[in-house]
Amino acid sequence: MITFYVAATIAVFSTIMVITRYNMIHALLYLVVSFLAVAIVFYVLGAPFMAALEIIVYAGAIVVLIIFVIMMLNLKQESVEQERAWMGNNIFIGPGILSFILLAEIIYMITSSETNVLSEKVIEPKEVGITLYGPYAIGVELCGILLMSGIVGAYHLGRQKKKVVHRFLESQES
Amino acid sequence: MKNVPLEAGLILSGILFVLGLISVLTRRNIIFMLISVEIMLNAAGLAFIVAGARWAQADGQIMFIFILTMAAAEVSVGLALILQIYHQLKTLDSDAANKMRG
Repeated sequence: MITFYVAATIAVFSTIMVITRYNMIHALLYLVVSFLAVAIVFYVLGAPFMAALEIIVYAGAIVVLIIFVIMMLNLKQESVEQERAWMGNNIFIGPGILSFILLAEIIYMITSSETNVLSEKVIEPKEVGITLYGPYAIGVELCGILLMSGIVGAYHLGRQKKKVVHRFLESQES
Repeated sequence: MKNVPLEAGLILSGILFVLGLISVLTRRNIIFMLISVEIMLNAAGLAFIVAGARWAQADGQIMFIFILTMAAAEVSVGLALILQIYHQLKTLDSDAANKMRG
């Protein structure tokens, strides 16, 4: 139980650090710490397979993908300064107050209902796999279609237009 | 050793979601907005895991797998869009992309 609260505190703190950083790489490294803490929470809640997937896919694949794109953009020190200029101190006030009112409401609603204790039962990957490919097989197929369209969309959007230097050169090459 | 109460997990999920929401509302940099959307998706997945642990069923974890797949597809398409916007506008300012010109 103490493990849950320590991991939850680390997750909240590192997420706060993510949303207040000016440098993108620093924010992404804090994001990795946040994902690792959430993975520990998953493990405590009896979902070890999901903890592994969280580390592999979120902290591994997605963050590395964003880091590669930042490297491709080749941002300089000026981008940090510009981010600092965009993020004034008083820009947090309006959305912050409104969002925290919503958070207080949802915490009130959660705590005012009858209390429940989570079960300690560990759900093995075998059980997850049997359920995934049994009743949820149509969801797996839809996920396949989604990933396929994601690949095609990313390729289509990320393709660079062919540079034509001059019509004369183009006609000579062909 | 006592078990974790259900409320603690749901409140943690709510706090993480609200932090991502604040960030996506305040940032002007597109990459930071994408990171914030990832935080919010992760918080939603955490809520599903907590609900699955409440009933000791595998269904919550399966919903988390679907959210994971959706997040991976979304981040790849989003990053391709960011690359195109940066090549066309030479900036990461989301306010610069408010005109539709072909």
